[in-house]
Amino acid sequence: MNETIVRLEGVTKRFGEVQAVAGVDLEIARGELFALLGGSGCGKTTLLRMMAGFETPDSGRVVIDGQDMTGVPPHKRPVNMMFQSYALFPHLDVAGNVGYGLKREGVPKAEIAQRVAEVLNLVKLDGLGARRPAQLSGGQRQRVALARALVKRPKLLLLDEPLAALDRKLREGTRFEMVRLQEQLGLTFVVVTHDQEEAMSMATRLAVMNAGRIAQTGSPHDLYERPASRFVADFIGIANILQTGTRRWLALRPEKVVLSSQRPATAHAATGKVIDIAYEGDRSLYRVAIENGPVMLVAVMNIARAHGSAHRRGDTVWLGWSEDAGQVLDE
Amino acid sequence: MRFVIALPFAWLAVFFLLPLILVLGLSFGTNAPDLAPPVELGVSFASFKLLFTDDLYLAAWLSSLRIAAVSTLGTLLLGYPMAYAIARARPSLRPLLLTLVILPFWTSFLIRVYAWMGLLSENGILNQFLRWSGLSSHPGTILGTEWAVHLGIVYAYLPFMVLPLYSSLEKLDWSLLEAASDLGARPLPAFLTVTLPLSLPGIIAGCLMVFIPAVGEFVIPDLLGGTRTLMIGKVLWDEFFTNSDWPLASAVAICLLILLVGPIVIFQRHQQRSLERT
Repeated sequence: MNETIVRLEGVTKRFGEVQAVAGVDLEIARGELFALLGGSGCGKTTLLRMMAGFETPDSGRVVIDGQDMTGVPPHKRPVNMMFQSYALFPHLDVAGNVGYGLKREGVPKAEIAQRVAEVLNLVKLDGLGARRPAQLSGGQRQRVALARALVKRPKLLLLDEPLAALDRKLREGTRFEMVRLQEQLGLTFVVVTHDQEEAMSMATRLAVMNAGRIAQTGSPHDLYERPASRFVADFIGIANILQTGTRRWLALRPEKVVLSSQRPATAHAATGKVIDIAYEGDRSLYRVAIENGPVMLVAVMNIARAHGSAHRRGDTVWLGWSEDAGQVLDE
Repeated sequence: MRFVIALPFAWLAVFFLLPLILVLGLSFGTNAPDLAPPVELGVSFASFKLLFTDDLYLAAWLSSLRIAAVSTLGTLLLGYPMAYAIARARPSLRPLLLTLVILPFWTSFLIRVYAWMGLLSENGILNQFLRWSGLSSHPGTILGTEWAVHLGIVYAYLPFMVLPLYSSLEKLDWSLLEAASDLGARPLPAFLTVTLPLSLPGIIAGCLMVFIPAVGEFVIPDLLGGTRTLMIGKVLWDEFFTNSDWPLASAVAICLLILLVGPIVIFQRHQQRSLERT
């Protein structure tokens, strides 16, 4: 792994009755696109705000680039943040917003103008420097917020739900755009998101959070194929969680299960009745009630054009999966 | 429906436009002490001419503008931190704090100004306290000076400053200050570059709501300022009630109105423009 840029050591934070962060240890390497993924109230935003300096941990340390930053105010940290609401200054034009941080640093005017123009070019907002935020579209505002956070070339860029305010179509394009920028600039991004698809597709590594703790850290592939707990298996993608013993479960992804009308030649097999079929175009999701057992989800790719879904509701079918198709869990 | 719409217009016509026309008419009349009312209507500019030639009126104008300006600044400096603190207080606490700001209105204005006389007079509570505590054995008297007028105006008009300031600060998105801090702004520059410009409409509205009535203020300079304080409101009163010169008093009133309409128009233009911008 590369050199560590952020290290959180035993960080906790309580707001009144709520334990927002309950002991987090985390290391993020330089150049990573790291995602903090979790549902609302899991503590991911609080963790991000502690890296930015807006919250001080009750205990533990925040180390950025080798320096203890635990009690350091935001304006003295080599870190910039892109806010979920963008927090653009409504009384300043785009150039004024993007150049704000440079102006506070006392960078000469000519250099500010040049660097603002560069970063606006980077986010494809050339020529919009004189517009006010209110005169921009949602997607343009998002890019101004990104440009404003990028222009100071921070050691660490924190992004709080950077795509949440965009509509679905725009979100996908912007997602790839942000990954391109991150790779091109070689910066470290920490993205907070509740959208697992977004986290999986963007991040080089991610941490799944639950109730103020990190449930698991790893690459998107690790988390999907080798979840460490039922929570992670269930949170990332879809999983059939079968109890195989006392405190032993098997997490089985729907696409790892074969569906057929005869007993398949796989290591494990079960028979049941189709109770529901969700046709999703590229694939169909079958809900199959196993005899004397749970309801299982099976995904079947619709490779041939002619059939649509090959089995009907009420059909008796066989499910099969190989020895190593699922992940054995003990929590 | 039409009646409902017509009602405010009728009200304004009867109680605002009509008196204004009467005053305007009177200001072009001539003083006739033997008549009742003591005015001979006509088209005479004598009253206006006197206003612009007699030094007394010019001095009263300038003194009024100065006193109003200083008092407005004082009200702003006191009111801004108050409004800021209320806007940043817990939401459940804000209604209570706002009520406290408005609470003095529940007592008669005149009584409150008299109370200041009791506080500031030679043997008033302030001086008694200074003598008793030994801080000063021969304290001067504030009552009857311009300081007393400033104090009175700041006290009486503070809510008119705090309320518009509060309403613009309350709308402020505090994440903007976090963004400023994140981009390297220390607290003071963050305030000067974000909070202050964004609360400017509130500052302007508050200042106008204090400055405009303060210029024409009569009760406070009369009761607290004594004979030495010259203000145009007092001049108007004297012309009307002491000298019974209705045309001159009317001319003073018309000039006062014109002088004060200017800033209001500028303010409304500014508001309009900032509305168009967002």
